[in-house]
Amino acid sequence: MKRLIERFTPGLVALLLLGLPGVGSANDVPEQVLAAQRARTEAIARAVASAISVFSADGNGGGSGVVISPDGYALSNFHVTSPVGQYMQCSMSDGKLYDAVIVGLDPTGDVALIKLCGRDDFPVAVMADSNDVRPGDWCFAVGNPFLLATDFQPTVTYGIVSGVHRYQFPAGTILEYADCIQTDASINPGNSGGPLFNAAGELIGINGRGSFEKRGRVNVGLGYAISINQIKNFMGHLRSGRIVDHATLGATVSADQDGRIVVSNILESSDAYRRGLRYGDDVIRFGGRQIGSVNGFKNVLGIYPRGWRVPLTILRDGKEHDLLVRLSGVHAREKLIELVQKQAAQDRKQPKPNAPGEDPEKGPKKQPSEPGQEPEGEPDPPNSPHSSKTPLIPAEIAKLIEEKTGYANFYFNQQNLERVWNGCRSDGDFRNVTGTWTLKGQAADAAAVVFQLGAVESVATVPAGRSTVVAGTDFSEQLGPAGSGGLLAALHIWRKVLIEGPHKIGDAYYLGTQPLRGREGLYDVVVVTYDVVELHLSFEPGSGRLVAVEMFPEVGKDPCETYFDDYRDVNGLRLPHRAVVWHGDVMFAEIEFAEFDLAPAKEET
Amino acid sequence: MNCSSRQFDMVCRIAGRFVCCLARTNLLLVSACLFAPRTATAESTFAPVVHRVQPQMVKIYGAGGARGLEAYQSGFVISPEGHILTVWSYVLDTEFITAVLDDGRRFQAELVGADPRVEIAVLKVDAEDLPHFNLDDAVDLAAGARVLAFSNLFNVAVGDEAASVLHGNVAGRTRLAARRGAFESAYDGPAYVLDAMTNNPGAGGGALTDRRGNLAGLVGKELRNKLDNTWLNYAIPISELQYSVEQIISGELRPRSAEPDVRRPAAPVTLALLGIVLIPDVLAKTPPYVDHVVASSPAEEAGLQPDDMILFVNDRLAGSASEFKEALTFIDRIDEVRLLVQRGQMLIETSLFVPDE
Repeated sequence: MKRLIERFTPGLVALLLLGLPGVGSANDVPEQVLAAQRARTEAIARAVASAISVFSADGNGGGSGVVISPDGYALSNFHVTSPVGQYMQCSMSDGKLYDAVIVGLDPTGDVALIKLCGRDDFPVAVMADSNDVRPGDWCFAVGNPFLLATDFQPTVTYGIVSGVHRYQFPAGTILEYADCIQTDASINPGNSGGPLFNAAGELIGINGRGSFEKRGRVNVGLGYAISINQIKNFMGHLRSGRIVDHATLGATVSADQDGRIVVSNILESSDAYRRGLRYGDDVIRFGGRQIGSVNGFKNVLGIYPRGWRVPLTILRDGKEHDLLVRLSGVHAREKLIELVQKQAAQDRKQPKPNAPGEDPEKGPKKQPSEPGQEPEGEPDPPNSPHSSKTPLIPAEIAKLIEEKTGYANFYFNQQNLERVWNGCRSDGDFRNVTGTWTLKGQAADAAAVVFQLGAVESVATVPAGRSTVVAGTDFSEQLGPAGSGGLLAALHIWRKVLIEGPHKIGDAYYLGTQPLRGREGLYDVVVVTYDVVELHLSFEPGSGRLVAVEMFPEVGKDPCETYFDDYRDVNGLRLPHRAVVWHGDVMFAEIEFAEFDLAPAKEET
Repeated sequence: MNCSSRQFDMVCRIAGRFVCCLARTNLLLVSACLFAPRTATAESTFAPVVHRVQPQMVKIYGAGGARGLEAYQSGFVISPEGHILTVWSYVLDTEFITAVLDDGRRFQAELVGADPRVEIAVLKVDAEDLPHFNLDDAVDLAAGARVLAFSNLFNVAVGDEAASVLHGNVAGRTRLAARRGAFESAYDGPAYVLDAMTNNPGAGGGALTDRRGNLAGLVGKELRNKLDNTWLNYAIPISELQYSVEQIISGELRPRSAEPDVRRPAAPVTLALLGIVLIPDVLAKTPPYVDHVVASSPAEEAGLQPDDMILFVNDRLAGSASEFKEALTFIDRIDEVRLLVQRGQMLIETSLFVPDE
């Protein structure tokens, strides 16, 4: 009986509460419910405004996407834009159709960046931190399933997050979904490339894949979205107009019988090996995450572009070691281009509301075809309305497209190269100081150092001795001063770049954005190839200032990293008065420059 | 199944429901007053509920691997000492069943027993103090109730990765038998029909909970309507299978040979006497399929047919051909041999008698 009373007590209390003012009668919907409802509809309204439906200009396929900047940059899937080509049309819920061009592609991550034209005040989606997403959270997808949005109004499907940090193997193609978000919100063919929002209407991912099997290509309760945090990492690279590659550690891991994740294979030519990673090492943390499974390791690897440096903590002989490892590319450059072309050719043969990627474990399969959809793998008869024709591109839009091997759209690379270089110019115009530059300073131990940087020959005088580089001879062989990994060569080319600009030096392109050793944030990177060496120049966002020069003498060797700091005015030109030089894991020098003598143009003929 | 056992079964189930009804009436009163004003905040996210339920989920790996026959399914822990409830399926037709707990620990699981009538099996792993569902606390749901379905569908999660969770509503509570001929299922008892796509490959054995994470049902196997290629998503209410679980755990459904002090009769029944020829016993656990029925034999008289699979012998599980043959050695020739067989998706009970010499 006592038990019964206890059970009833909360009910009685609640009954009393019902009698209090402010709590409505049974017919009234409580204010909190109404508020939640309002919040939900407002979030959906905001989110829908930024969503786009992608249509190919020739009516061949399409999908979804979402605008992320007022000037029209928008995200979609690689497998949506691949069959569509460089020019497409996108509808928004305002009832308008906008021309759009491809900007950058991440084929492995299945991401495409496109740019809508015609406005500088597009409604945009606000990006959330997708690491905050938890299983059980409400979420919703906005998109163009089955290409229904012929009235330009997207479809909203509500669901919950079913899982986070999921790893889905490449599905017979190159598309790999690492660290993705799993949802039961309905994701169907045509939803691909569209946004997944959290309950507040903030962007948490890009939908692109579902698990399908025997029930046809329709949602069965498992959709996967590429996490927006991964895309944030790739954003700078995507804006570069390049075809972007994913990364490998140069080592593989496997789980041993105790569940430890250990290095099972390692390339001696990899940066990981040079940083000290060895066979049998126990991987504890990677990219700031605790690693408990091979999938967990692949999840971390999958969210970074090639070339990024990622912290790695290993356990060896009971002791933890922290390494900072530079990731190498998954694909050789030519291989990646070839794969993209192959995919595009294949996609053009399969016109359809573009289908989310297949479930990886199942491989290619025959499935019941959708109503109004051709069976899979059926090639088009020649001259069918689906076969790829070059659509008529408006002249204004055609200006935004420039084809070049290795690029999704070279136009955007040039735009960024120009932007970065113009930003750097605010520190001065060096075009008139083409004579020899003499830099005098001292290293940390008060030892005097002198660099004389000339057009043809440069000389470094440091306590350990004198070294030279001479233009026209193999720079990868002139890596003085000893132990620096090529500081003099780096400064020689640095001077040349400042005077001539990156365009005139050799092959130069805008890489995208990358983190820098020991600094917060991401930096614009321009890659310059001169002689046989490659220079990575990093520019501070905002100021545009050149803050680092990394010179890679050849593949498989550590670069010479020079970090510039303490910029001060010298005769109207701002120059770095401090340079910290690293080679591998060793700081070679910390140099304070006291004197700059930049000789003006000389009488060279 | 004999009459007395069925009656007992019914009594238990009715008694169970009565208790549930009492509890439910009480709960309804309270919920009507208390929960409505809190709904908005309570459902802003299921994350805390999901977080609490997931440690009880188990990934199960066994036989299969061919296309359309996934070698994995789901389960959940129902006792602190490692009992796991799952669906009875071909995945368990192996000596090596692996259970992976939510924390990533892998165990070789023992098949404690199964009850094909409700399509369940209970496994046991050698562990202690496991987070678990208590079947006694299971709730009954009405149509319209919000539910969460936890499972490792499509084997999305491996190792220490958390099971997947889907949300939906109970569309109705009905008997699966009502759909016989369209959706063929061995289980024909009451089921929650769900509006979410819960019953995917590998989802069988998952946990259906209410929106607060209280256990309500066992996610069933995939069920396809052959006529129109549609799929039914359903879960078996815990109240429908709790009695079987208790029987399995108490050992009542174990093969008799597993009991220590049972005498065998001097003149037992044999396959030859019954007129049953099984398919060749080539695997460690060959399912006891009838290959051939001898003309004018007790088996033919009882209506056995080739391709029938024997599930139970005198209310004891016969998990394999060798277990079936072993079970016969405990039955005297003068006694009745009651068989429960599966024919297609139908369960058929029949009795065989060896004629006097």
